[in-house]
Amino acid sequence: MSAPLIRLEGLRVAFGPTEAVREVSFELQPGRSLAIVGESGSGKSVTARTLVGLTGGRAQVGVDRYEYLGRDVSALSDREWRKVRGKEIGFVTQDALVSLDGLRPVGKEVGEGPRLHGWSGSKDELRARVVELLRDVGVPEPELKARQLPHELSGGQRQRALIASALALDPSLLIADEPTTALDVTIQAQVLELLEATRARGKALILISHDLAVVSRMADFVLVMREGEVVERGPAAQVFGDPQHEYTRKLLDAVPSAHSRGARLSPSSAPRLAVVPEHRTAPAGEGPLLRARDLVKSFRGPDKLARTVVQDVSFDLARGETLGIVGESGSGKSTTARLVLALETADSGVVELGGRAWSTLSERERRPRRREISVIYQDPLSSFDPRWPVERIVGDAAEDAAQVSELLDLVGLERSLRDRRPLELSGGQRQRVAIARALAPRPSVIVCDEPVSALDVSIQAQVLDLLADLRDELDVSLLFISHDLGVVHHLSDRVLVMSEGRVVEQGTADAVFLNPKHDYTQRLVAAVPRLGYQREQVAA
Amino acid sequence: MTAITLQPRAARASRTGAFLRSVPPGVKLAALVVALYVLAAVAPGVLQPHDPFSTDLDSSLLAPSLQHPFGTDQSGRDLFSRVVEGARQSLAIGIGATALSFVIALVLGIAAGLGPRLVDGGVNRFLEVLFAFPTLFLALLFVAVFGQTVTTQIVAVAIGTAPGYARIIRGQFLQVKGSTYVEAARAVGHPYPRIVAQHIFPNAMRPLVVMFTLGVGQAIVWASGLAFLGLGVAPPSPEWGALLDAGRNYTTSAWWLEVMPGLAIVLFALSVTVVGRHIQERLEGKVKVQAL
Repeated sequence: MSAPLIRLEGLRVAFGPTEAVREVSFELQPGRSLAIVGESGSGKSVTARTLVGLTGGRAQVGVDRYEYLGRDVSALSDREWRKVRGKEIGFVTQDALVSLDGLRPVGKEVGEGPRLHGWSGSKDELRARVVELLRDVGVPEPELKARQLPHELSGGQRQRALIASALALDPSLLIADEPTTALDVTIQAQVLELLEATRARGKALILISHDLAVVSRMADFVLVMREGEVVERGPAAQVFGDPQHEYTRKLLDAVPSAHSRGARLSPSSAPRLAVVPEHRTAPAGEGPLLRARDLVKSFRGPDKLARTVVQDVSFDLARGETLGIVGESGSGKSTTARLVLALETADSGVVELGGRAWSTLSERERRPRRREISVIYQDPLSSFDPRWPVERIVGDAAEDAAQVSELLDLVGLERSLRDRRPLELSGGQRQRVAIARALAPRPSVIVCDEPVSALDVSIQAQVLDLLADLRDELDVSLLFISHDLGVVHHLSDRVLVMSEGRVVEQGTADAVFLNPKHDYTQRLVAAVPRLGYQREQVAA
Repeated sequence: MTAITLQPRAARASRTGAFLRSVPPGVKLAALVVALYVLAAVAPGVLQPHDPFSTDLDSSLLAPSLQHPFGTDQSGRDLFSRVVEGARQSLAIGIGATALSFVIALVLGIAAGLGPRLVDGGVNRFLEVLFAFPTLFLALLFVAVFGQTVTTQIVAVAIGTAPGYARIIRGQFLQVKGSTYVEAARAVGHPYPRIVAQHIFPNAMRPLVVMFTLGVGQAIVWASGLAFLGLGVAPPSPEWGALLDAGRNYTTSAWWLEVMPGLAIVLFALSVTVVGRHIQERLEGKVKVQAL
């Protein structure tokens, strides 16, 4: 075995009294990849930043041994780190829009590394090199894009540009911190392919991610972190195929997918119902609860040109049924939700609720009937008045404020939290409050707009379980909007696939995802990263 | 006006000790200074070693000493006592001008932020004209026409500062109006006036508490600027700006006539700003983040 490229022993990082990372050790050979997975607060990002000397002044860092390319780098100064960063270790951050300087052309940013590390050639040569780098990472029209500002590039192109700048000096190691988290699934697939190609060229890769499926596809070795500690380590096949630690098993169980349909994702919440109905359709003789016909909506952009964001969207939703809407950003799924909620007026087309007119009513006529349909947003925090305590948030939507305790019980929140303000709650608690508020008016339909996208996988599992329970217990219909195909497949009876404002495919969840007809759906389904290893007990 | 009364919940009796410990020493000092100024405005006699108006030509233009900490002016009046005496008028100008400015700004800002698009456009154009027009000149004009009294000072400074506040208030209302929680309240089926009263108004107004504190310090500096140009409250009033104006002719021979009132103004503006910023941080929950 060749000498390790990087060897780390006993890394500890603390911020004041808080220990963020405890005793992290690993080594990595050239051409191999290591993934560090964990939920928020696990210390995975702090570990990544510490590896390139970016922990920040307030952290206390201790390490028994840290060698890179056979050289001791455990006590480098800031100035010395600057020589290593970019040149010997490339670092890719999450969210390229924030990480790229918005006022500088992308090419300047990519060429920054070579310039700072003493570019020997001429300016023209540097420009040519930048274009070459952008072309290598698959940015279309690299000459043009190099001259454009970050906001003129798409999200995927920005992330590629960031990777190009990390690769500019040909470092032997690339560290990527959540490189695909903000990206649509088809773009994510392309970026992962690019990282994989980089590794195949002999670079070592350290990938930080919360997404187990992404990691399972990319990594040779895996570290699972929780609360600053490594709870499990080993080759990917072993960690994913035969997890030893309870936490790893819990994380893997929590990933929603086709396999998890009808099953519970979270071990902590016991099923409330003995029998979960397998598939729901409208009982004979009863019309759909919600009926949307030929919805069209366009918005005028800053250039005064009208853009159609929703085009001829029609669907029915039966009582107790869950209809999933999937699509990538800009597909019109959230606008469809707002049209259904009558928070936006359609240019044409109608929505009927409970067999009666809904979208054609005046706001005054509609107001008393708004109790029939409620909404859960992606970011619960911004959907609460920051001054209000939980009790008031939930009570405000209920007919009778006395129901608050009952509603909190229903969503599994302790009654003692009723005096807390939204900022004083955890992410999972906030989404439970949002669900309690959505249930308060006793609606027959709940529109869920990306309700679990901002949550860690184990919290997501609990919230999905809760939604499924409540739907079955209260016989409420869900219009469930998500970009995450696994989540939608797990929860939905039927699915609409939207692309560029149109419904390109619809049918039962299994039919759409297991046997997609439209080529957009096929591409979408193919792009979803799946856990690359079957668990033994699952396979058995 | 002190920091304590503006603190939310945290200041309840049972938590007073913890609250005091959580305030940085610099902010405590600033709050103490603000309290002294308020005392000077309310009961100047407590702090005055001499009568601020009694002249004594034998001791004119004395440099600062133990007996006259800020020195004396050309008529032999004790400058420290005069600065203390001036606090009432200066604070009145600061608070009055900021209050009036806020009233004007609120009317314009709310009309623009909550009203129909046509009103928003109209108010915006009006504000742009005010911005383009040199506001100091406008204020000078006003004082020149209506005379040099405390009232005209208040109105002049209010006119000068209102457009800026109106812009901020408009932005606040627009931001809250477009927030998800307002949409959520709409989805629940509450009528719009109720949403305005329950959500939009209180949330949009929240940052204004802090802006007001910061504005008082700035208004006093504005008024002093007018006074220095000879358009402040007429002498022999000991208003701080008027003191600066009176000392202008002695800058080379008796520096303390300029420097001491100037320092008094700077110290007040600085302390109020420090206290205001601290309240702002508390209201926005930054303290919580630091504690983690």
